[in-house]
Amino acid sequence: MSDYGESQRQTGAPVSGPAEPSHWRRIIPIWLILSLAGDLIWWFAIGPHIPPGDMSTQAAGSQFDFNVLFLAAWVVVAGVWTYMGYAVYTWRASRGGPEPVGGPAAASNFRVQAAWISITTVVVLAAFVFGTVELIVPQGAGGGEGPNPIWKPTSNKVLPVQVISQQWKFTYRYPTFGGMETNTLVLPNNAWVSFHVTSLDVIHSFWAYQIGVKADANPGVDDVAYAHTRQTGSFTVRCSELCGLWHGAMYDYGKVVSPAQFMAWGKRMERQQADNTKYLPPFAWTYVPTANTATGVFANTSGQAPYSKIQKYGATSAKKIVTSPSTAASTFTTG
Amino acid sequence: MTTLDVAPPETGRPGAPTQRSPRRPAWMSQHIGTAVILAVAGYAFGHWMGNIIAGTYVRVGTAQWNDVSIVLGLLFAILGWLLGIGAFNYGFAKMIGREPAYREDPDNWTKYFRYSVEHKTVGMQYLIMVLVFFFTAGLLAMAIRTELLSPTTHIYGPGTYIQIVGEHGTMMMMMASSLILGPLGNWLVPIMIGARRMAFPRIEATSFWCFSAGYFVILSALALGGFPTGWTGYAPLQDQAAAGMDSYLVGFAVVALGMILAGFNILITIVAYRAPGMTWGRVPVFVWSMFTTAALLATATPTLVVGIYFGLLDRSAATTLFINSHGGSSYLWEDLFWFFGHPEVYIMALPGFGIVAEILPVFTRKPLFAYRVAAAGLVGVGLLSYFVWQHHLFQSGINPDMRPLFMLTTELISIPTGFVFLVALGTLYKAKMRFEPPMLFSLAMYFNFLIGGITGVFLSDVPVDVTVHGSFFSMAHFHYTILGGLVFAFFAGVYYWTPKLTGKTLNRKLAVAHFWTMFIFFNLTFFPLFIIGLLDQPRRVFEYATRLTALNDWVSISAFCLGGSFIIFIVNFVWSIWIDPKRAPANPWDSKGLEWQTPTPVPSYNFARIPVVYADPYHYGEPDAPPVADLEPATREFVIAAQNGQQPAPVGAD
Repeated sequence: MSDYGESQRQTGAPVSGPAEPSHWRRIIPIWLILSLAGDLIWWFAIGPHIPPGDMSTQAAGSQFDFNVLFLAAWVVVAGVWTYMGYAVYTWRASRGGPEPVGGPAAASNFRVQAAWISITTVVVLAAFVFGTVELIVPQGAGGGEGPNPIWKPTSNKVLPVQVISQQWKFTYRYPTFGGMETNTLVLPNNAWVSFHVTSLDVIHSFWAYQIGVKADANPGVDDVAYAHTRQTGSFTVRCSELCGLWHGAMYDYGKVVSPAQFMAWGKRMERQQADNTKYLPPFAWTYVPTANTATGVFANTSGQAPYSKIQKYGATSAKKIVTSPSTAASTFTTG
Repeated sequence: MTTLDVAPPETGRPGAPTQRSPRRPAWMSQHIGTAVILAVAGYAFGHWMGNIIAGTYVRVGTAQWNDVSIVLGLLFAILGWLLGIGAFNYGFAKMIGREPAYREDPDNWTKYFRYSVEHKTVGMQYLIMVLVFFFTAGLLAMAIRTELLSPTTHIYGPGTYIQIVGEHGTMMMMMASSLILGPLGNWLVPIMIGARRMAFPRIEATSFWCFSAGYFVILSALALGGFPTGWTGYAPLQDQAAAGMDSYLVGFAVVALGMILAGFNILITIVAYRAPGMTWGRVPVFVWSMFTTAALLATATPTLVVGIYFGLLDRSAATTLFINSHGGSSYLWEDLFWFFGHPEVYIMALPGFGIVAEILPVFTRKPLFAYRVAAAGLVGVGLLSYFVWQHHLFQSGINPDMRPLFMLTTELISIPTGFVFLVALGTLYKAKMRFEPPMLFSLAMYFNFLIGGITGVFLSDVPVDVTVHGSFFSMAHFHYTILGGLVFAFFAGVYYWTPKLTGKTLNRKLAVAHFWTMFIFFNLTFFPLFIIGLLDQPRRVFEYATRLTALNDWVSISAFCLGGSFIIFIVNFVWSIWIDPKRAPANPWDSKGLEWQTPTPVPSYNFARIPVVYADPYHYGEPDAPPVADLEPATREFVIAAQNGQQPAPVGAD
């Protein structure tokens, strides 16, 4: 940064020589190589192993999104790190009080500002469009959509599963299998599943990790999330919202099995529990003490239909059923 | 201000005799001792009254504790604390028709334990208090990591563990919202804008005494059984929790009150007390960041107070505002909390941006690149921060069709945050960098915040958020922004301004050692947490999958080393300030900032005459640039910034 260099620039003469090399010719190639190498390694070596895997369409979407965002993020990070590393290495001064930097190097270049702001804006808007498409196309991307989902599967054969959270366990109810209950979530492969997540006490969050589903469980609220399974195997279910003492121990394992195995299992469970479920109050998507006959009633004496009247999963006629007249009517479609 | 009082020169000069009220006898003077006595008495009174009011309530009989007596006890303890320190003296004197006495602070260390209305004393009080908060909560973090050394062998029970987690998070959040605005903001803002005092010195002092009361109230939770909710205090769990929850609510309320007061005071000071010539285009970037932070504090925090009020009513008066089955809503707390909570996150980021932007030009010997973009970035982040709170509730089931909108607003914040990076990168270009400790911490802040910011974009993307929300990934993300961003910037500021604040030099070698250990072990601690989070470990768990033992152990051991790096800081601070003090040069960093042009120690009135400002303080390398300010303006020779005729203007004497 000699006076010679300053005067040269002021007269418009090209800057050359070892005193003032072209920094961008060094920074940009390093950045491009780092970006490309990092992105290639990520996309082919690391990305396919990024959770939550591809056990469901939603999980695969989440993984794809993560990897795409990583590709873009790495380019930004590599750029900033390259520049800062280069700056720290090249433009350091000895200790003490060096002469201040003046002249063009100290100017606030307007073009640089405009370019930076334009590029960041374009990148951010692209991320927004990408994220929105990836949210809507996989029907809510496995996230909890509240009691009235707007993005839902077009298939008319969706298995409803009620997830009842309480301190500190999950119980799964299958309304289309006579309202039978289980502590092991079993799902059919290649099928749409709707999770109706609710809570009996405090806020929990149902996180079916490899299925790519997460929905908060609020007491008295039916939070619906959709997933389409596409691989058999086991998966983890965890509570992901602090719910008190044993929050960390609130987990279990579920499995995805073939449709035939699932039907056999479901029918067997329904038959086994039939003697008990016929005494239960009518089905409701949420558990509000006063909303059905559950409060203080040992058996169903109201004359309202118990679980077994609800349409079977996989039946041929499609119709909507209002399940409980006294709760906010949630509906679901069966096959 | 400029025309109120024109005093004759001989009495207008600093040091001239003034009319002061006589010092009270020792047994009548008010200090932290009287505050403690009245706080204890207040607690006893409130507890007794609560038992009289609610001792017969059915819930009290079954729950083994009486929330009414604990809440009233804590509220009266805070009242007693403020009464004992003398926060209400002025108001009481006015009420009984007497002219309030102005008593100057004693000229020794005891002034830090009194109700001082001098902004530099309050700043130092804040500095010590945030460090007490920080190290207490830091020890709790060490306790968390000790428990997580093993997935199955336990050191505490799950109840103790969840108390520690909640206590750590809440104390850190309380501390972080005042970490820079409290000490450095209060100390430096009036000097940096060329003012003699704060706009509302008593409000400023009260904000500190609220903040310090919050420390003891939140600590009392441990004696009352703790709270199981973490720092977010989600609602049905909040109603279910034991009496420690009352400490959380009252403690957060009193800290929030302090935040609102501090915010208003600094906001009005910056708007109304800038010296002549200190236009908005010349205000230092640090002051811009204090301005936006103060605006957020003053306007966002009241929402938290409302939420806490509802929570206290729910717990002590059974109003069921948060109980779904009785007409309330568990979403209500979530919304109120995060409507405060998201601006709060930027309350904890903006001061850091301001400090590093303030420091870079000094150590690169260059003007700040794109000053207007820097200011616009700070204001832009502040404004957008009100429109993002639902990204904490993407999976909660509220308004699912609003998720793209909140994804958009959240990602839009990247643009003004990018301004902050543009300013840094532009300032580094062809610079002459001096790697003094403040510069090292500033560069590290950009390094860390880049990771923290970029991972925030992952969290804002709803499909990715389905996987990472509520996991260690989000925990690692906000530790990168708060510890990696704010706390690194805070230490940059401490190393940069301590020569001004104390007149002493901190040891450079120890400072550099502190930097490298903190930087390395910070990254070794928190980067693996992203991986742990992706591998499905939720936040705040007592037990975790055995396959994650190795990673968790790595994190724990790095965390202990990170904790150790702060010992270097404490040793350096104590050694260099008290044990072996070395006098600092007047302007050790050769800075153009207005605060460095004042004498050290800065007199209580800051400026003998109100300076006239000619330029922003970043004109390095411009030989024909005007000086930053004229500190002896001939035109303003006799102008005294007092409102009641006392000379020289005693700070806060009105």
